[in-house]
Amino acid sequence: MAAPEGTTIVLKGGRVVDADGERTADVVIADGLVVGVGPDLSGERTLDAAGCIVAPGLVDLHSHLRQPGQEEAETIETGARAAALGGYTCILAMPNTIPAVDHAGIVREVLELGRAAPCDVLTAGAITVGRAGEQLAPLGEMAALGVRFFTDDGAGVADARLMRRAMEYAGGLHHAGRGVVLAQHCEDPVLASGGHMHEGEWSSKLGIPGQPAEAEELMVMRDLALARLTGTRVHFQHLSTAGSVAMVAAAKDAGLPVTCEVTTHHFTLTHASCTGYDPVFKVNPPLRTDADVVAVRQALANGSIDCIATDHAPHTQEAKEAAFDAAPPGMLGLETALALTLTELDLPVAEALALLSWRPAEVLGVEASHGGPIVPGRAANLTVVDLEERWIVDPSALASRSRNTPYAGRELAGRVRHTVLHGEPVVIDREAQR
Amino acid sequence: MAERERRSTPPYGGVFVARSQVMDADDVRRAIWRMSHEIVERNHGLDGVVLVGLQTGGVALAHAFADALQEIDGASPPVGTLDVALYRDDIGIRPVLPEAVTEIPVDLDGAIVVLVDDVLFTGRTIRAALDALNAFGRVRAVQLAVMVDRGHRELPIRPDFVGKNLPTRRDEMVNVSPSGVDLGELVKDGR
Amino acid sequence: MAHQHLLSVSDLAVEDLEQLLRLTDAFAEVSRRQIPKVPALRGKNVVWLFYEDSTRTRLSFEQAAKRLSADTMTFSVSSSSVKKGESLRDTVLTIEAMGVDGIVVRHGSAGVPWQVARWLGDRVSVVNAGDGWHEHPTQALLDCYTIRDRCGTVAGLRIGIVGDVKHSRVARSDVLAFTALGAEVTLIAPPTLLPSNIEGWPVRVSHDLDAVLPDLDVVYLLRMQRERMTEHLIPSLREYTARYGLTERRVDAMRDDAIVMHPGPMNRGVEISAEVADLPRSVIIDQVRNGVAVRMAVLYLLLGSGVDRVLGTAPLDADALLTAPEPVVEGAVG
Repeated sequence: MAAPEGTTIVLKGGRVVDADGERTADVVIADGLVVGVGPDLSGERTLDAAGCIVAPGLVDLHSHLRQPGQEEAETIETGARAAALGGYTCILAMPNTIPAVDHAGIVREVLELGRAAPCDVLTAGAITVGRAGEQLAPLGEMAALGVRFFTDDGAGVADARLMRRAMEYAGGLHHAGRGVVLAQHCEDPVLASGGHMHEGEWSSKLGIPGQPAEAEELMVMRDLALARLTGTRVHFQHLSTAGSVAMVAAAKDAGLPVTCEVTTHHFTLTHASCTGYDPVFKVNPPLRTDADVVAVRQALANGSIDCIATDHAPHTQEAKEAAFDAAPPGMLGLETALALTLTELDLPVAEALALLSWRPAEVLGVEASHGGPIVPGRAANLTVVDLEERWIVDPSALASRSRNTPYAGRELAGRVRHTVLHGEPVVIDREAQR
Repeated sequence: MAERERRSTPPYGGVFVARSQVMDADDVRRAIWRMSHEIVERNHGLDGVVLVGLQTGGVALAHAFADALQEIDGASPPVGTLDVALYRDDIGIRPVLPEAVTEIPVDLDGAIVVLVDDVLFTGRTIRAALDALNAFGRVRAVQLAVMVDRGHRELPIRPDFVGKNLPTRRDEMVNVSPSGVDLGELVKDGR
Repeated sequence: MAHQHLLSVSDLAVEDLEQLLRLTDAFAEVSRRQIPKVPALRGKNVVWLFYEDSTRTRLSFEQAAKRLSADTMTFSVSSSSVKKGESLRDTVLTIEAMGVDGIVVRHGSAGVPWQVARWLGDRVSVVNAGDGWHEHPTQALLDCYTIRDRCGTVAGLRIGIVGDVKHSRVARSDVLAFTALGAEVTLIAPPTLLPSNIEGWPVRVSHDLDAVLPDLDVVYLLRMQRERMTEHLIPSLREYTARYGLTERRVDAMRDDAIVMHPGPMNRGVEISAEVADLPRSVIIDQVRNGVAVRMAVLYLLLGSGVDRVLGTAPLDADALLTAPEPVVEGAVG
C-alpha cells in the first residue's frame, strides 16, 4: 500500500512548521521516511504544497471509533479516514466499545482492524473490567501489547481506593522501556447523576437537569491527590471548567507528573447552545459557561494545557433524534479540530500545532514516529494545510459515518490539503485515497 | 371603534369611505319606531319575545328596539347579544375571531327570537346565527329585523322587518350608525 | 396558511397574553350553553401525543377540542413501547402523514415540543402540554385567567408560588406569565427545591412561608412528590408540611381576599390540608373549569382563527390580532 519501493515524493513549495521552527522548504519522502528537506528539491511525484504549511501529522488522544459494537455510528476505517482528512496521522481509540477494550483479545482486534486504516490507530485500555469501576482490568497483559494509555473514558473511576490501586499498579508497568499513563474522565458519578447539561442559568431556565462543574472538579482534585500519593503519571481528559484547568496548572507548577487535554468544543461553544434543545449540543463533560471558555482559552495560550483533543464521539442520526435527556452525549471532532483551533484561537500556527501534534505525541509516547521535527531520517507522517482556505462545515460532506457535528454551517479557515502516512499520501487535494 | 383602522387580510381590509348618505338620523329613528310597531303587531304583543342583537352591528340596534318597545308596549323584552364567529362558514378562509362574549339572558326554549342586525347582505351571518341559536334551546320562532337589506343574497333567507331596502353594487359598503346610513366603499390602505 | 405553535409562555408578548385571556371569555361562555359545542373546528384533526401519563391535561384538551367540533386521536406511548425502537422523529412524521392539523405534546423530557415543531416546520401546529421540568404554557394561561376572573386583574398582585419549583414546569410557565402581566412573584421553598441558578429570574425568593404569607394575594401551591425525599431534597413529607404546607392555621394569617391555587392533582395533607382545599378561597376547581375554556381559545387560535402569525416563534403583532378578525363594516361580508 505504501508507495512503490524507491518512489520519491516531493511536497513542493510549502513552508515547513515543526517544533524546531519555520522555514520555506520542499520535503522529499521515500520508503516511509523524510529523506530531504531544503530548497528546490524534486521527486518522481510532486504534491503541490504552495501556499501551505507542511507540518508533522496531528495526534489525537481522544477518539471514539465505536468498533467493535457500534459500527452503525463509526468504524475504525471511517473514523481513521475522517482523522486523515482532518490532518491526523495517529489517533488513540477510547476503550468504551461494546465490549470494552479491557483485555488482550480486544486490544488485538482493534489494533488489527487499525492496521489497514489511513491513520495509525492505537487503543487505550480500560482501567477496570468492563469499565464498571469495580475490578482492575489486566493492565499488564494489555501493556505487553503496546497499550500505554488506560482510561475508563465515558465514566471516571469513582472508587478512590480502586483508582489508587490502579495508579500504584500502573507504576510498575513498562512497554519498550516506557511507563504507562492513567487517564481520567473526571466526573463524580453521584454528583453528576441525572445531569444532561451544565448546571447553571440555562439548565435552570430550560428545565434540563444539570450537572455542576464541581462534579468534574471533585474528581480532578481527588486524582491530583492520588497522583501525589502514588507518583504515577496521570493525564486529565477533556477538562472543561475554569476550576479544573486552574487546579491542574497549579499541580504542574508544584511538580506533579500530570498532563491534560481540552477539546475544541470546550473552547468554542457554551451551554447557551442548548437553548434549542438540539441533542447535537449534548456532550460530556457538558458545554460550560462563557467564563469557563475564557479560562480554557487563557490556559491554552499560557501553556498550562498540554494538548487539544477531539473527543470525537460519533452517534447515529436516530440516536440524536431523541429527546435531549434521552440522547447520548458526544459530538464529532476529527474533521474540524484543526480548523477550529486555527480559526478560534489567536495562537501562532506553531503553538496551535504543538497542541495538536507534538505535545500529544509526547504524552502518548509516539514522538519517535509522530509529531517529531521534519528532518531526514524521521518517519514521514505529515500533513499539508492551507491556512487561507475558508470552508463551511457541511455534515453531509464529512467522512465520518455519523453527522453529529455541532458546527454545521460554520465557516472555518484552514483546511488539510494532503496527509502523508508513513510516506504514503492518504489524502491528496482534500480527497481520501483509501 | 367605527374609525378604527382595519388592516385585516385582503380582500376585506381597508377603511370605509362614505360616498352618500341614504338615511339620516331621523330616518333611522323613524325606521326603528316603525319596525318596533311591526314586531308588536306580528307577535300580538311581546309575550315570549327576546331580542338578540348580532355582534357587533346589531347590538346597539337591538337596544334601540328595546327602548322603542318600552314606549310602545310599556314593557321591553329581554335583550341578548350573539357573536356568530365560531359558526361562520369562512373559518379557515379568512381571519375569524369572536368579537365579544355572547350573552343570552334567558332560556330560549319556546321563545320568539327576533334577530337584529344592521345590514342584511349575503345571508351567511344569519345562517350562522340560526345555527348558533340551537345551542340555547328550541325556540318557537325566529324573526329577522335589519336596518338595511342591500340584496345579493346567497342563501334562502329573507328579513321580517326592514328599515330600508337599498339596491347596491356588490363592491359597495353600507355603514349603519345612529346618525344615519351611509353608502360608500372600502378603500385599501386608505390611511 | 402557515401553522402556528404554542411552545412557551416566553414567546407571548404581554398583549398576546391579554388578548388570549379576553378571547377565553368567549369560549367560557360557550361552555355555559345548553349545548356547549360550536362547529368552529369541524374537519380539523388534533392528535394527543402523550409520552407521559396525564389524564387531567389530556381530558381537558379533549374536552376543549370536542367543544370546538375537532376530531381527536390519541397516541399514548407506554415507556416500554418507546424503548422498542421507533425514534421520536419517526413517530412524529408518521402521525403527520396520517393528516393532522395539530399535535398536542406532553413529554417527560424538556424541549421535546421544540424538536417536534422543528421537524414539522409550519405544516402542523404544535401545542406544548408540558415538557419535563420546563414549561406548561396552557396551565399558566388558565392560572392567569382564573386569577383575573377572581381578582379582576393579575397586575400588581403579590403571588407566592410555594413548593417544588425546581422540578415544576407549572412554576416556570407561571413565573413568565404572572410577571409579564405585572404581578410580583415570590418563590417560596427550601433551597433544595429551587432551580440552581435563578439570579436572573424576575422573582423574589423566600424560604419562610409564614413570613410572606400575610402579604400574598395569591398562594399558589405546587404538588409535592414523594420521590423528592429519596433524592435527599427534603428530610420528610412531614417536615415539608410543617414548614410549607398550607394548613388551616396558616390560612388564618392570609389576607381575607387572598385565594389559594393548585395545578392538581393535590396531595391533601401534604402541601395543602384537606380543609383548606375546600374553602371558598380555594379556586382549584375553577382552574380546572377554566382550563377547558383556555385550551379552546388556544386550539381555535392556532387551528381555526386564521390569524396569521406564529405563536412560539415570533412576538405577535398585537395590532393585527385586534383588527384582523373584525368583519370590517358589518354587511360587507354578509
